[in-house]
Amino acid sequence: MTRGLIVHRIAPGSSVQDMGRSGYRAFGVSRGGAADRLALAEGAALLGQSTDCAALELPGSGGVFEATAPLRIALTGAPMRASLDGAPLVWNASHAVPANARIEIGGATAGSYGYLHVGGGFDVPLRLGSRAAHLAAGIGAVVQAGEVLPVGEDTRSETGLCLPPDTRFDGGTLRMVESFQTGLFNEPTRAQFAETVFTRDARANRMGLRLESGVDGFAPEGGLNILSESILPGDIQVTGDGTPYLLLGESQTTGGYPRIGTVIPADLPRAVQTPAWGRLRFRFVSRDEALQAQTRMQEYLRNLTRSRQPLVRDPSQIRDLLGYQLISGVTAGDAPGTKE
Amino acid sequence: MNDLTSRSFEPVIRPAGLDGVLVSFGDALSEPANRAALAFSASVARAGIDGVEECAPSLVSVFVQFDPVHLGYDRLAARLTALLQDRDWYAAPMPEGRRFIRVPTVYGTDIAPQLGEAAEAAGLSVEQAIAQLSEARVRVQTIGFAPGQPYLGLLPEAWDIPRQTALTKSVPEGALVVAIRQFVLFSVSSPTGWRHVGQTALKLFRPDSDTPFFLRPGDEVQFVQVSPDVMSRHADDPDGGAVIEAIR
Repeated sequence: MTRGLIVHRIAPGSSVQDMGRSGYRAFGVSRGGAADRLALAEGAALLGQSTDCAALELPGSGGVFEATAPLRIALTGAPMRASLDGAPLVWNASHAVPANARIEIGGATAGSYGYLHVGGGFDVPLRLGSRAAHLAAGIGAVVQAGEVLPVGEDTRSETGLCLPPDTRFDGGTLRMVESFQTGLFNEPTRAQFAETVFTRDARANRMGLRLESGVDGFAPEGGLNILSESILPGDIQVTGDGTPYLLLGESQTTGGYPRIGTVIPADLPRAVQTPAWGRLRFRFVSRDEALQAQTRMQEYLRNLTRSRQPLVRDPSQIRDLLGYQLISGVTAGDAPGTKE
Repeated sequence: MNDLTSRSFEPVIRPAGLDGVLVSFGDALSEPANRAALAFSASVARAGIDGVEECAPSLVSVFVQFDPVHLGYDRLAARLTALLQDRDWYAAPMPEGRRFIRVPTVYGTDIAPQLGEAAEAAGLSVEQAIAQLSEARVRVQTIGFAPGQPYLGLLPEAWDIPRQTALTKSVPEGALVVAIRQFVLFSVSSPTGWRHVGQTALKLFRPDSDTPFFLRPGDEVQFVQVSPDVMSRHADDPDGGAVIEAIR
């Protein structure tokens, strides 16, 4: 059988994603790609492959999968309970998966989007230069139970590596810079925005998320008659009733509702990983501060491969633990556990 | 169109987020500003500036995405300023190969339920509204929002109506919506703040075709009124019964 991953069960809204498409904005197609681009880069680093490799994006929970051939996998993004033929799998790590083994991925314990990467990447067709499903544009589609996702050739073999866990999965403060429409909002409205604690509404998708607060509207005067203008990921758009929406990679390319500011690229992974009802605040920062954050993020991405560490086995997760002679405090050299 | 004011408008370069720049040729829609945006965007793309990732025109502006660490906002702004001085962008010609396209459209009925509401906002009877909208020959000013989706204008002044305060949850593919003297023709099913006044059978985006995008900036379009019966005959035609002729 060809290299592939059989999908027995999968969370609604799951899709194959890569870094998205560049060059089609003039035709109305936004970049799209993985909601959490950092998670995509982490998976590529764990498997020692290019960030161009496509992975499976799992919103909220995972599914049940079966390898048709020996595969390497990595699990990144929102931590989820995962197991391989019943044995627990460490998140944010790479693992070897034998042919016919079953991978089960449960619900997220924090955050929103988990990622299942395979060595060689998912080899779905390129469309407009990318393998990413763009659900809003109708390019590609969500992955459904019964599909077999083709896996590309894998030229590497290392597994059992992990990356330190991150803290971007519980909301928090997002830094934003002023944008070209910030001036449409008066000073009291901007100050109020920066002081408000928002909750991420359950209504959220790859296009954007709705920000809920008890505050009575952030709309500017005359905001319904401005000319439609380019949108970029991170823009916070305020609709006519004063509700802010944070726009993400798969948003529309232009829009007519005014934007109060733009979340900096370094904080977008935290923004998209905020779980439903998670709390968010916004802080306007200077361009200099935003630029420093961008430089640090680029350094972090460059150093990802070097940050990998060998996975240390947690004794509580070793299945044949009873095979160890724990009582005497000495483990026999031929204990079954050492073969694992 | 208010051409006089736009001619005195100096192009403005402003940041758009951390990694974007917006070059604007007007603060209101005008034909010269729209021409300038289309021509300048093509020119930025041709210039191949190192660190520029993508550029695209909107109605009267050009959006440039760049790597702010590698290139730097000030250096990019200087390059764009030099390009702006190359020529009178407001007098730039329209893109070549333009076409005039007549698209069969059902106005009102239960498939375009906001015609009455939009007519009232424009201060017109429903009959007057249909006459004005179906006789207007509008131009594709930019493609944006969704794949292959045009903004078209300008409509007569009565149609300077605002967007709705709340979003319509969803309009279908092929929906013709109106606000601020413009049409948008939807290429995908989408939420919108514009009012749904007509429905076409046109497929604007064909992702598996060699020519995935049906309309191009500069094309001219008329949304000709037909009955629901006539339109249903075009249901299987991706062109939705549109009649296309070259503009010479």
